[in-house]
Amino acid sequence: MSFLVSLLFLQAASDMGPGTPPYARPGEESVDPYVADNRNAGASPFDGEGMAKAFHGQDGIRRIVDTMVEASSADPVIGEIFANHDKIRLKRTIFEQFCYILNAGCSYTGRDMAASHKDLGIQKADMNRLVEVLQRAMTTEGVAFQAQNRFLSKLAPMRRDVLQK
Amino acid sequence: MKFTKSALALALTGIVLAPQPSAARPLRNGGKLLLTNGISSLEGASGGGLTPWAVIAGNETSDGIGLSAHGTLVEVKDYDYQSAGVAVGFRDRIEISYAHQNFNTNDIGTALGLGKDYAFSQDVIGAKIRVAGDLVYDHLPAIAVGAQYKRNNNGTIVRAIGARDNEGVDYYASVSRLFLSRSILLSATARLTKANQLGILGFGGDLKDSHSLQFEGSAAWQLSRRLAIGGEYRSKPDNLGIAREDDWFDAFAAYAVKRHLTATLAYTDLGSVATVKGQRGIFLQLQAAF
Repeated sequence: MSFLVSLLFLQAASDMGPGTPPYARPGEESVDPYVADNRNAGASPFDGEGMAKAFHGQDGIRRIVDTMVEASSADPVIGEIFANHDKIRLKRTIFEQFCYILNAGCSYTGRDMAASHKDLGIQKADMNRLVEVLQRAMTTEGVAFQAQNRFLSKLAPMRRDVLQK
Repeated sequence: MKFTKSALALALTGIVLAPQPSAARPLRNGGKLLLTNGISSLEGASGGGLTPWAVIAGNETSDGIGLSAHGTLVEVKDYDYQSAGVAVGFRDRIEISYAHQNFNTNDIGTALGLGKDYAFSQDVIGAKIRVAGDLVYDHLPAIAVGAQYKRNNNGTIVRAIGARDNEGVDYYASVSRLFLSRSILLSATARLTKANQLGILGFGGDLKDSHSLQFEGSAAWQLSRRLAIGGEYRSKPDNLGIAREDDWFDAFAAYAVKRHLTATLAYTDLGSVATVKGQRGIFLQLQAAF
């Protein structure tokens, strides 16, 4: 049975092409195996290149995500939620997610929103706090406010899966 | 009417006391996004300046209790108006509000035979329930229903000018949504009312002495986290033969000075008020919310 399961996961990993499985990248803590799929990102990507440009491409998105994760970890309200998280993996998967949704040329290999936020105890006030931290990071990067909100409109429906049930 | 009020109170009590999944957790106050609690409308309900929105007073989420307090000044051509009030929000679900309104007739008071600087005043107690949806998140827009009990303190005068009563109840339903993809907030309200100029000139009149259905709306464009600009419209009944009543308009800018303080400046057109037309001027409000 366990052999069969391993085989399935090997199969899943090989489906993603060459490289390490998404749950065991070098330098990251391991997570329970899962099947990578862009649908796990929780939103469909924007059409065209406009949003990727507004966010200054992959470099800009990486700066925004790094700033957001660092600021969230240091935040007096939501810092606790990030305290025991693998920041290396978190930055990578959020970068992939944002990059995928902004149509900046990435695939998302992280877990889905319900699985990745399970048991974190996130309340509505935490979600809104994170939105404000992200808004500051986008403003620091020089992303226009209207483009910020367009992006947030893709993230907003994820709240259902993110909140503690 | 008595029955309606007790039924409403009973329903409110039921909702507050009903066990909720989050009730096991300690209360946690604050947490709304900036500006999403709205400002305080003239009658005290959270929303725009002229009309309620389907949002609940205070900065709390469904995990807490919130509070707001406001002071409003309106200076139009011949009159000035002040109101002040407080509102409490329970779990971003139920809002209870109180506002005291004061309307000064200045020199027109003399012309109307009331005496210079004669002032009308009114107290408004409101209740609002967000029955479904959310302003920002989820599929459904925020949907709320509410009632406002208004008591005019100048009963003799308002009856003398033709009003049938010095107290009345408005009933309303609002739908509000912030469309993030466009940074635009739209809100619409349908109101059943007998009030003449909010009730400042009493309720009902020689032309009509029953509730009529009125429409109100707000549109706002969010320019930054802290700043939104927009416009509002409010249709009005026309119950009094001697004093025509016009629909209201405004154009506003609301700015979150700090997390707990919102300042609103508007240019407003109230049309004809108490027999004198062309009442346009400035609306200014400071609101503190926690």
